[in-house]
Amino acid sequence: MYTDPKMLESIKKVEAAREANIRLDPRRMTAEEKDVLLRTFHPDYRENQFAVLQFGPNKGEKVPTELAALLQGSSRLLGKTVDLAHPDYDTDVLIIGAGGAGTSAAIEADNNGARVMIVTKLRMGDANTMMAEGGIQAADKPNDSPAQHFLDAYGGGHFAAQKDLLYKLVTEAPEAIQWLSNLGVEFDKAPDGTMITTHGGGTSRKRMHAAKDYSGAEIMRTLRDEVLNRQIPVVDFTAAIELIKDENGHCAGAVLMNMETKELLVARAKTVILATGGAGRLHYQGFPTSNHYGATADGLILGYRAGAKLLYADTLQYHPTGAAFPAQIYGALVTEKVRSVGAMLINAEGEAFMNPLETRDVSAASIIRECSERGKGVKTPLGDAVWLDTPMIELKHGEGTIEKRIPAMMRMFGKHGIDIRKEPILVYPTLHYQNGGLHITPDGQTDVENLFAAGEVVGGIHGRNRLMGNSLLDIIVFGRNAGKQASEKAKSVTVGALTLGHVDAFEAERKAAGCEAETISPRLLPNYARRAEEERR
Amino acid sequence: MENMVTVFLFGKKYEVPESLTIMEAMEYSGYQLVRGCGCRNGFCGACATIYRIAGDRELKACLACSTKVENNMYVATLPFFPLVKEVYDIEKVKPTERIMMQLYPEIYACVGCNACTKACTQGLNVMQYIAYAQRGEYEKCAEESFDCVMCGVCSSRCPAGISHPQVAMLARRLNGKYLAPHCEHLDVRVEEIREGKFEALIESLMEKPLAEIKELYNTREIEK
Repeated sequence: MYTDPKMLESIKKVEAAREANIRLDPRRMTAEEKDVLLRTFHPDYRENQFAVLQFGPNKGEKVPTELAALLQGSSRLLGKTVDLAHPDYDTDVLIIGAGGAGTSAAIEADNNGARVMIVTKLRMGDANTMMAEGGIQAADKPNDSPAQHFLDAYGGGHFAAQKDLLYKLVTEAPEAIQWLSNLGVEFDKAPDGTMITTHGGGTSRKRMHAAKDYSGAEIMRTLRDEVLNRQIPVVDFTAAIELIKDENGHCAGAVLMNMETKELLVARAKTVILATGGAGRLHYQGFPTSNHYGATADGLILGYRAGAKLLYADTLQYHPTGAAFPAQIYGALVTEKVRSVGAMLINAEGEAFMNPLETRDVSAASIIRECSERGKGVKTPLGDAVWLDTPMIELKHGEGTIEKRIPAMMRMFGKHGIDIRKEPILVYPTLHYQNGGLHITPDGQTDVENLFAAGEVVGGIHGRNRLMGNSLLDIIVFGRNAGKQASEKAKSVTVGALTLGHVDAFEAERKAAGCEAETISPRLLPNYARRAEEERR
Repeated sequence: MENMVTVFLFGKKYEVPESLTIMEAMEYSGYQLVRGCGCRNGFCGACATIYRIAGDRELKACLACSTKVENNMYVATLPFFPLVKEVYDIEKVKPTERIMMQLYPEIYACVGCNACTKACTQGLNVMQYIAYAQRGEYEKCAEESFDCVMCGVCSSRCPAGISHPQVAMLARRLNGKYLAPHCEHLDVRVEEIREGKFEALIESLMEKPLAEIKELYNTREIEK
């Protein structure tokens, strides 16, 4: 509910200008304008927020300071002994992480006849996939093509994507949609079966498929149901805290920790798939996040320590529209679909200050500029914000559109007394996605033999910025791919004697680099518990 | 100083700022959550919670992540509830009434008490979607249950032992796979890709010098 007089006054301006704003189609920025805007206002360009890695596979490269501390942190196994000779679990394919990528991988590895096991530190489906709202891209309409999809994603990612991965993403996209559809995922369709598709920021064709604004949840719950139907073992509330190699230096399992009892367990496997997701809960630069509770970059830490190189770990995605008010939903995702279906970004004066469908990095930087240099933000208790004028949607497309197309958004704000059909909402960028991650080849393998990776933990597919709807797509395409490839590879693998020698070697490297460990890692969960005694100190 | 309210977490008394959600109140009180915390934004159903306001006879249910604390609120979280999940092969089942009778026969024992609907943390008409499932009207069941986060509170209140979220899950998959209109253009495109129709196009694009790709990108036509 809006009660602040300044906010109410600004809402009046938004309402007064609404009819005129609706008729506007603000021009897109030129390449040069975007370049200057990003350099000046995008958080990736704040040099003092990054640190240079002092050792390891990416020595000499910069990453966010919070991530550097974890990548160069000490192992949770330091000073502990682990009995590698008697594994608690023995499987062909070990999948670490049970979001969209991990479950897709599990299904395909199961199809290929492998013994599969999933471990996840929370529950299956507790993942960013569940929270993806807007949709999934695929060039499956007659006016579109995978080449057009490639061009949009390659340009949107600042021409930095690893081309062979992006090629795979766009050419296998339609089949991914078909696969999901055959599993029973309910996509929004017209009565004749035509997919209802919209634009996302930076798309040149309407290729965003959706399941209302629960797209990720609908995909995730279906994949979870399928894993359960296949009775694939899922060991939940169990985190991987270190990878295990064999005497040949190939990845061969992981040390696991029960999140509740802290018991350590050993899983031996012929191949391992890291599908641990992103890092929003590290709150880079103090940003709020739209991410899941478990998004703490664990897979990057595990992979890095085992010798896998990272790609573009210095680039993060700040989703332009995180909820900025009320405080209870601060940082929560307001899906890009709200703009796809017609809402515009409006400043405190009621001005439509940009085209609402620029790419995410450009949109985020533009909102930050509006709230800083231009001083046209709306004051909220947690900082400045801009309006996302949701009532425009029903003016454009008729009453009932919001309930039908973005019911989750209506519910999220409705719980706090804001009716998005009648009132605009306040938004500000929120930490949303790690563009970078583990380097892989098109077969899904990292730089470590028999260690595969899929999903948000991978870097390079999207370059330095990701388009809306390409992440749900990438977890399916590359999740399935990793499952197929890792299970196939497992057929010819003979695991040698297990070792954690690489963990000791990493410690030695740190010492040689003269680098003090600031923390132990992986983080596993953010620490939000207030300690009253610490506050008193 | 912010206004404080009194809450009873699992019966134990704490003072917390009134602006917090139940989940934040637990963390403010010193709990490091492992269970009962997921997306923190109302999508995953990890934080099902039962509460009562002192003096009020009515027992309420909510998601801890998206519900504000109230004064004298007694809170018990329900981080896990033993739902029945039957195993089936999606390729072999048929979208007929029979499948519900086989897998979830208890839905026909519904006594119509409506406790499920009253308890739903998403405000769904749960009893109605179970009625649709009973009649084999899976399309309606799917639509009515679509916003379900599978938190399980409905089932915790059901005298007939129905696992509503799993019933709805089955109905949605049957609808998505068998009942929803089939998408022809998707089949056509998958086949075209299989035949290699776009390979040359993308490969020639990928091989172009960067300046040329940039030009193509910056001048591409955007569908209205």
